[in-house]
Amino acid sequence: MTGLRDAPADITAYEMVVGLEVHVQLRTHTKAFCSCDATYGAPPNVNTCPVCLALPGALPALNREAVHLAMRAAHALGCTLNPVSVFARKNYFYPDLPKGYQISQYDRPLALAGHLEIGDGDAARTVGITRVHMEEDAGKSIHDRYPGATAIDLNRAGVPLIEIVSEPDMRSSADAVAYLTALKQILEYIDVSDVNMEEGSLRVDANVSARRVGAAALGTKTEVKNMNSFSGVQRALEAEFERQCGVLERGERVHQQTMLWDGARNEVRPARSKEASHDYRYFPEPDLPPLVLDSQWIDEVRRELPELPRARRARLAGEYGLAGADVGVLTATTALADYFEAAAKAHGDAKAAANWVMGEVLATLNTSNESIESFRVAPASLARLLDLVRDGVVSHSAAKRVFALMAETGDAPDRVAEREGLVQVRDADELTRWVDEVLAEHPAEAGRFRAGEKKLLGVLVGLVMKKSKGRADPRRVNQLVSERAGG
Amino acid sequence: MAVTRDDVAHIAGLARLAISDDRMTELAEQLNAILGHMEVLQQVDTRHVETTAQEGNEALPLRPDAGPRFAMHRRLDEMAPEMRDGFFLVPRLATHEDTSDAS
Amino acid sequence: MTGLTAVDAVTASFARMEAVRAGADGLNCVLWSDRERSLAEARAVDARAERAPLAGYPVAVKDNIATLDLPTTCASRILEGYVSPYEATVVSRLRAAGSVVLCKTNCDEFAMGSSNENSAYGPVRNPIDTRRVPGGSSGGSAAAVAAGIARIALGSETGGSVRQPAAFCGVVGVKPTYGRVSRFGLVAFASSLDQVGVLGRTVDDAALGMEVIAGRDPYDSTSADRPVPGYRDGAARSMRGVTIGRPVEYFPTSLDPRVTALCDRALDALRAQGAQVRDISLPHTDLAIPVYYIIAPAEASSNLARFDGVRYGLRVTGDDGLRAMYERTRSRGFGPEVTRRVLLGTYVLSAGYYDAYYKKAQEVRACITDDFRRAFASGVDVIFTPTTPTPAFELGATSDPYEMYLNDIFTCTGNLAGVPAMSIPVGRVDGLPIGGQLITRHFDESGMFAAAYALERALGEEAHR
Repeated sequence: MTGLRDAPADITAYEMVVGLEVHVQLRTHTKAFCSCDATYGAPPNVNTCPVCLALPGALPALNREAVHLAMRAAHALGCTLNPVSVFARKNYFYPDLPKGYQISQYDRPLALAGHLEIGDGDAARTVGITRVHMEEDAGKSIHDRYPGATAIDLNRAGVPLIEIVSEPDMRSSADAVAYLTALKQILEYIDVSDVNMEEGSLRVDANVSARRVGAAALGTKTEVKNMNSFSGVQRALEAEFERQCGVLERGERVHQQTMLWDGARNEVRPARSKEASHDYRYFPEPDLPPLVLDSQWIDEVRRELPELPRARRARLAGEYGLAGADVGVLTATTALADYFEAAAKAHGDAKAAANWVMGEVLATLNTSNESIESFRVAPASLARLLDLVRDGVVSHSAAKRVFALMAETGDAPDRVAEREGLVQVRDADELTRWVDEVLAEHPAEAGRFRAGEKKLLGVLVGLVMKKSKGRADPRRVNQLVSERAGG
Repeated sequence: MAVTRDDVAHIAGLARLAISDDRMTELAEQLNAILGHMEVLQQVDTRHVETTAQEGNEALPLRPDAGPRFAMHRRLDEMAPEMRDGFFLVPRLATHEDTSDAS
Repeated sequence: MTGLTAVDAVTASFARMEAVRAGADGLNCVLWSDRERSLAEARAVDARAERAPLAGYPVAVKDNIATLDLPTTCASRILEGYVSPYEATVVSRLRAAGSVVLCKTNCDEFAMGSSNENSAYGPVRNPIDTRRVPGGSSGGSAAAVAAGIARIALGSETGGSVRQPAAFCGVVGVKPTYGRVSRFGLVAFASSLDQVGVLGRTVDDAALGMEVIAGRDPYDSTSADRPVPGYRDGAARSMRGVTIGRPVEYFPTSLDPRVTALCDRALDALRAQGAQVRDISLPHTDLAIPVYYIIAPAEASSNLARFDGVRYGLRVTGDDGLRAMYERTRSRGFGPEVTRRVLLGTYVLSAGYYDAYYKKAQEVRACITDDFRRAFASGVDVIFTPTTPTPAFELGATSDPYEMYLNDIFTCTGNLAGVPAMSIPVGRVDGLPIGGQLITRHFDESGMFAAAYALERALGEEAHR
C-alpha cells in the first residue's frame, strides 16, 4: 500500500466533511421476515427456517414489532414518517446472503428528514438525518476456521436492522464521535437496540471527503468501512482524511472507492474494487406490498416515546438547579436519570442526591460491574440515608460505610446504622459525660485550652470522638468542649 | 440500445453465469432481437401513470413478533452440498477484501 | 363428488399412468411418483371418521410446488434430487381435504416456457396427438388430466402456463386472481405475476380444487384476506343479466377464422343462456408481451439468485474459489431458456437501463390493468377471448425465442392485470382442442365459474369436437 502513508500534507489547509451510515439491529424476539429466534449465541444455523435459508418457494412475512421499533427510532430522530414506504431488493451474490438479495428499502424509505443534536454548550450543533430505512441483516461468514473454506452461519440472516443515514454535516472526527455518542444514547433511551458496536448490534460506515478550507463545493468522497469501535471510527477518519489531503496536495484526484480500516496497522487501504460490485439492481420487492402506516399508529408511537436525552438534560438542569456537567453524567442512561430523580424527589435536596449518585452509586456500580437496574440500593433507600445524614442521625463518614453495607445486603439504612452502631449519639448527658471524662483525663491540654490556646479544641474534640468510637455528633461535641472547658 | 458482447459478459458476471465465447455472440443477438420488440413501449405516454398501487391494493399484513420457528421436516445436512460442525462450507473467498461486497 | 374411496381412486390413477405410459418412455408427464406411499396416504384418508371432500380426487402436482415426500426440482438440473423440507400451503390444504398427491408433473424449467420443451427431463407429449406439445409451462399437469390420470392437477401461472396447456390439451385451466391463492411453497418465477392454478377435466373439478386451495395464508404477504365463496354454487347460476365483452384486440383479422368461429359459437351458446354480448376494446393489449417479457425475466433474475450451490441443490466446484463455484453451478444447472431470461432480466434491471425498461414496463402494465378496470366499470361482467391463437404445435416447431413468447399473447394480460381467468374447451380445429378464455373482475372467480359452467353446459359434447 505504498503511497498511502506518504509524509503528511499540510492538513490544516483542508476541512474534513463526514456523513455516517449507521446500521442498528432492532431488539425483537424473532427475525424480520420469519419467526426464527433473533437472539444471539445459538449453535450455527440452528435459528433458521425455509424463509431465512431462502429455500425454494419460501416467502417473507414482516414482523410488526420490527416496524414498531423502526418507527420509534425514526420519531426519536425527528424524522417525518412516510405513510407509505416500499421494500426493495438489493441484488448481490454473497454466500451469507441466502436469497442473493437483501430486502431493504430504496427510493421510498420508512422515514426522511430528521436531525440529531450533538455536543454541548458552545460546541452544540445539529446534524441532519437524511433517512431511516428498514432492512434485514445477512448471515456471518467465518474465513479463518477451516483451511481453504469459508464457513457460513445463517442465524443472523434476516434479523431486523434500521439504517440511519446522516447528511454530510460533520466537520471532524470528533464530530463523528459526538454524533455516534448522541445516537447511541438516544437509541438506548428509546430501548430499540442493544447498540453495542463490539457485538455488532451497531455498525458504522463513513463517507469522508476533504476540501480546502472555505471551499463551498464538496470533494470526492470515499466510503470507509470495517470499524468496530468509536475510537476506531475516529482514527479511521483521521487516517483517511490525511490520505486524501496528501492526494490533493500532490495535485491528484481522490477516487470514489471503498476503503477498509485496519485498526491493527492504523491505516486505511482500498477494498479490492470489482467492476460489478455496485450494480445492485434495486427494484420493488414483489413479495411484500407497500408498508402502510396509518396516521393513528404513527401518532401513537410518537406519544409513547420517553423523554429524550436532550430534553431530560434541560429539565434536570432547570428543575434541580444542577450544573451542565453533572446533568450530563446523571442522564447518561434513562435508568440512571430515573434513579437520580426518584432519590432527589424522595429526599428533597437534589444537590446532595446528585453528589451521592455521581459519587458513591456510580463508584459502587463500577466496582461491582452491576447495572443500575439491578442495584440493591433502591432510590428510596438512598433518599432515606441522605435524610439520616441531613438530620444528623449518621455522620457523613458513617453514611459511606452504611451505604456500602446497603449495597451488599440490600438492607434499609436505619437497620444497617443501628446494627453496626453507626447512629450518632446526640444524647446530651452521654456527650457531656464523654467530654468531662476527656477533660479530666487530659488536664494539661484542658488547662492550656482554658488559657486561650484555641487550637487545642480540635485535639480535644478528636479525643471525644475517639472515646465515642466515632458515634458522637462532632458539632455538638465542639460546642460542649468549649462550654465545659471554658466554664 | 444495442447489447454488445461486452454487455453480455458484464451482465453474465452480475448474474454469476459463465458463458462460453461462441454462446456470447449468439446471446447478444438474441437479446437484441428480444429487446427490439420492447422498443414499442417507449412510444407510450405514461406520464400520468401511478405504479405503486397495483392489483388488489392490499396493504402489507404484519405478523406478531413470536415463534414458534417454522417446522422443517429434513435436516440441513440432508440438503446441503457441504456442511461441517453445523456450518455451510463454501470455497474460501479469494481475498478478505471480497467481503466489502457485502455492505 | 365421486363415490370412490381414496384407495380406489389412487389405484385407478396409477393403473392409468401405466396404461398411457406417463413416464419418460411415453407422455413424459410424470417426473416423480411413489405408488406405495400414495396408497398408504389413501388408506389413511379412507380411515378418517368423516368422508373428506377430496377423498376421491387424488392430484397431480407440478414439479415447482413444494411437497414433502416427492422431489421438487422445477424440472431443472440445479435442483436434481432436492426434496423440500416443508410443504406448499396449497398442498397442505389439498391433503387436509382428503386428497392424495399422486405424482409430480413435468414442466418447463422453472416454469419458463410455452411448450414444455424446456424441461431438463425432456419434453412432454400431448395426449391428444403425441407429435405435438402439450403447451407450457404446466404441460405435465395438463397432459396428466387429459390422459385421465388425475381429475385435478395443480399448475402454476405466470403468463398463461395453466390456461395455454389446458387449451392445448382440451381440459379446463384456472388462473385465480393474484392474491387469491397462497404462493408459499410455489417456487418463484416472477413474484408479481405468479399464481398457483388448477387444471380439471371439467369446470366442476376445477371449481372444487380452487375452493380448497383459495384463501388468505399468513405465510404469503400478497395473499388476500377475503372470504372464499363456494365456487361450485356457480353451476346453478343463470346467465340472464350477465354482460359478456368480446375485446376486438383478441380477434384480429389475422386470427385463424376457424378459431374465431369456435369462439363465436361459444358466445352464441352463452347468448342462448341469457347473456348479452357486446364488443369492447382493451387498447393496450398489443403491449402486453413486451411488458411481460421485461417484468417476468427481471423478477426471475432475482428469484433465481438463491440457486447458488451453497445450501442445497447442485454444486459444481473447481479449484478456483467461490466465484467459479457460483458460475459453474449456475451455468451447469440452468438450461438455455432460463439462462437467456436471467440475462435479459439482469440487463433490464442494471444501472442505466432500469428506467427505460423495468420502470417503463411497470407503467405500461398499469395501463393494461386500467384497460380491464374500465371494461368492467362499463358494465361488462365477463370478458371472453380465445385462450391461444392456434392449437398445439408440433414438437420442435418453434426455435425463435420471441416467436415462442407470442404464445402468451392472449393470456399474459390476465397475469399483468392480476384478474382471474380460465380456459375451457370450445371445440377442435383439425382434431386439436381450442380453448376459450373467460376473464372477470379481481376476486370474482364466482362469476367466472358461473359463466364457465353455463358454457360447458351449453356446448356439451361440441366442446370436444
